[in-house]
Amino acid sequence: MSEVVNSSDFKAKVLDADKPVLVDFFATWCGPCKRLGPIIDEISSEVEGKAYVYKVDIDQSPDIAAEFRVSSVPTIISFENGSIKKKTVGLQPKAALLELLR
Amino acid sequence: MSENEDRIYDVAIIGGGPAGLTSAIYGARSGLSSVIIESVSAGGQMAQTEHLENYPGYSESTSGFDLSETMLEQAQSFGAEIVYDEVLSIEDSDDAKTLKCAFGDVRARSIIVATGARPAKLGIDKELELTGSGVSYCATCDGNFFRDKDVVIVGGGDTAVADAIYLSRICRKVYMVVRRDVLRATAIYHDRVKELDNVEILWNSIVERISDEDGSLCGVDVRNRISDEIRFLDVSALFVAIGTVPNTEFLCDMVELDQRGYVVADESCCTSAPGIFVAGDARTKRLRQVTTAVGDGANCIESVSEYLIDSH
Repeated sequence: MSEVVNSSDFKAKVLDADKPVLVDFFATWCGPCKRLGPIIDEISSEVEGKAYVYKVDIDQSPDIAAEFRVSSVPTIISFENGSIKKKTVGLQPKAALLELLR
Repeated sequence: MSENEDRIYDVAIIGGGPAGLTSAIYGARSGLSSVIIESVSAGGQMAQTEHLENYPGYSESTSGFDLSETMLEQAQSFGAEIVYDEVLSIEDSDDAKTLKCAFGDVRARSIIVATGARPAKLGIDKELELTGSGVSYCATCDGNFFRDKDVVIVGGGDTAVADAIYLSRICRKVYMVVRRDVLRATAIYHDRVKELDNVEILWNSIVERISDEDGSLCGVDVRNRISDEIRFLDVSALFVAIGTVPNTEFLCDMVELDQRGYVVADESCCTSAPGIFVAGDARTKRLRQVTTAVGDGANCIESVSEYLIDSH
């Protein structure tokens, strides 16, 4: 399972992370997000030790969503050394998501 | 998937939407070893449908996501397997067909293409670039980002009208751009949308140009197809609901496709290639709904069974 982060720990867990990070911006009421959830969890266990995978609930943390200009869910962003590396919008197969970390 | 590479299934079903899941239920229940290969997660477009108002047997409207889970459990209860992978191509050899996937291969004697369809794009400048920054193909996903703003939706079918109704509850004003002078949507929707005060329908019109500012959409030009008059709509979002395109590109020239890319087959679900069948939205048909997809799912197993007997 990938952990849901919020405004209080986003900086420490994502921006200050010592490894690449994949973040899934989702909403509880979004159909494609529900479908993506299990894949994000699967990736989380597969990349353990090499990267971190977190989720951001855009209703719980609208400030983070606004900061990274998320206006569609799901949006998946990879971070490295505190800045955005790659960003993609919408439901994607696992291979395409892993590509975000490469 | 390496432990499966020597195994040859009776039938491999590409796509785990309602057509694929029904094939798996019928296939596994009739004793065929059946595997579903799903690129994302079970349910396909159905799983993203908020309410299925017209699926028989449910007096209360049911969520497409819940129905997807139930169908998958049902298929698995009869012994069907599901593999989460993306099929890239198909190779045909003497004893079996090999599905080349992103993470491994799957071999089977027969194949059902149940890959469905995805939302069509307008094909205009800046559309791709601004997807996720004002351009959206899912009103129920992204409507909330445009609360109390003005938005435009393109399309005149069931999805477009249902989306317009949904958006009218969230947004300040909803413009609907309809290509013809009538709605293609089911009659029940017509009055519902026309009585909404904050929905304005622009008939005989198309969205011609997207304007952006600072990386986000800030308006669209709409052209009236009869008068050629251009009207600028000062909107924050453009929702596109103009129908679907089939997910059949990976088939290349293996089976006959129609001009729009749908796999040519009648109700028997037999394609032009022996041993390859098609079910659901990817097939040439009049009406693409969950109900017609499940019908295909059942029908095609009849054809698969006949093929397996004849080819032995």
